[in-house]
Amino acid sequence: MPTPNTDILATLENVTFSYAPQARNILEGLNMSFKKGKLTAVMGGSGCGKTTVLRLLGGQVVANTGQVTFEGENVGQLDNQGLIRIRRKMGMLFQFGALFTDMSVFENVAFPLREHTPLDEASITDLVMLKLNAVGLRNARDLMPSQISGGMARRVAFARAVALDPPLIMYDEPFAGLDPIALGVTARLIKEMNEALGSTSILVTHDVPETFEIADYVYFIANGKIAAEGTPEELRQSEDLFVRQFIDAQPDGPVTFHYPGKSLREDFGLRGGVHD
Amino acid sequence: MTEMMIDRITRLGGFVLTSIAGIGHASMMFFTVIKRSLGIFKRFRLVTDQVFFLGNYSFVIIAVSGLFVGFVLGLQGYYTLNRYGSEQALGLLVALSLTRELGPVVTALLFAGRAGTSLTAEIGLMKAGEQLSAMEMMAVDPVARVIAPRFWAGVIAMPILAAIFSAVGIIGGYLVGVPLIGVDAGAFWSQMQGGVDVLKDVGNGVIKSMVFGVAVTFIALYQGYESKPTPEGVSLATTRTVVVSSLAVLALDFLLTAVMFST
Repeated sequence: MPTPNTDILATLENVTFSYAPQARNILEGLNMSFKKGKLTAVMGGSGCGKTTVLRLLGGQVVANTGQVTFEGENVGQLDNQGLIRIRRKMGMLFQFGALFTDMSVFENVAFPLREHTPLDEASITDLVMLKLNAVGLRNARDLMPSQISGGMARRVAFARAVALDPPLIMYDEPFAGLDPIALGVTARLIKEMNEALGSTSILVTHDVPETFEIADYVYFIANGKIAAEGTPEELRQSEDLFVRQFIDAQPDGPVTFHYPGKSLREDFGLRGGVHD
Repeated sequence: MTEMMIDRITRLGGFVLTSIAGIGHASMMFFTVIKRSLGIFKRFRLVTDQVFFLGNYSFVIIAVSGLFVGFVLGLQGYYTLNRYGSEQALGLLVALSLTRELGPVVTALLFAGRAGTSLTAEIGLMKAGEQLSAMEMMAVDPVARVIAPRFWAGVIAMPILAAIFSAVGIIGGYLVGVPLIGVDAGAFWSQMQGGVDVLKDVGNGVIKSMVFGVAVTFIALYQGYESKPTPEGVSLATTRTVVVSSLAVLALDFLLTAVMFST
């Protein structure tokens, strides 16, 4: 058995995955590794399996073949107790926040602390206020999730994800649907958290400029495989058609805009001379 | 012709197999809930909060329905008993009907419609909003933290609600029978006192309502937990809660009555 690389926190080795036995493979022979203390971005078009990577790491779904490791342990083979043990070391920011709708902002952030620590009420209050202060929502502590905007909910979820200062923080589309100000603030928060806590961060997104600004390393997924990888600088220089299409936001390239099927000519009964 | 037959048989087989698999899946979930319930006794607050919530939800509808069912029992009982000149037994008839059958059964049906649907919708929406997923990722088991407290709360709340239903129903029967129709108050209460057995009638009624509590609450939670995480999925699950739990209550009632009151 090879000695585990101590720089690496989590890996995906030759992972194939599909949500149902007959369904198409979302991931096919995917290899990735996430270095400790680094901010790694996983990018790709919608539905390419980016979020699935996070679910695999958290053990919420199990790879069909290949293995997923976290701190050298095979995540797919852990039992319920084992999963609970590794998930204590993870924080995850869900795409739409996934705040508990029956709890206030304060209680949402306090939830992981109450569940996993023996802290008294005063310490919990201090910690929650610190986290809420970091995301600028100290004064929104008594509001309910239904009373705050989507962007604010994301920030609360952010505070909740880092409440226990986990070694691994996973962000699922943290920039989707944010206004430019909130977007910049969120990007800066992610970077600051990564540096301040020294935690490993995995950022799943398709926002190129913000991600390239803060990420240490970037993976591009297409068709279930790694289409390109490298530091943001390397990728900016890349001549790869896929990377260029993605970075320059071109409609034409290796990724087609139209859903596969009949051509335009067939559908409209045209004889030619029209683009399809 | 043969192909059509084969097709029908295949479909029937498919239906039977999915049904059995469904029952198996639900049973596994049931035992998982029981197994992971140990933790809630350390934090019983989670259960009492839910008992308060579910009880409050259903209290008014249970009390009002109980009163009217009591009224109707008083009237119908009087009309029938009067034919045989035994209207003195009205109190006994009302009390036995309520404690043995109507209390547990009608309470369970109302509970399914009021609290059961809200449980299904709550869990279904938590699932659709990725709240259960988020909880899982926070290393908190949603079955232990969300499902188990609600399950035990339902099991505790049901007998209490059934008792309220029966008590209010008896008052309703009294109001119609004694002040309105003029049955002798002493006969009304003393026949009831003499004829109702605490263990056999009241006790069995309580056991019934506990069994219904287990069935209705579990079905409601299971439907929510297994619902498709979409608006359609949640609404479908809510409807199924009412249909499945009502049928389950009536079928269980027949079985329990056959076992309890056979001698």
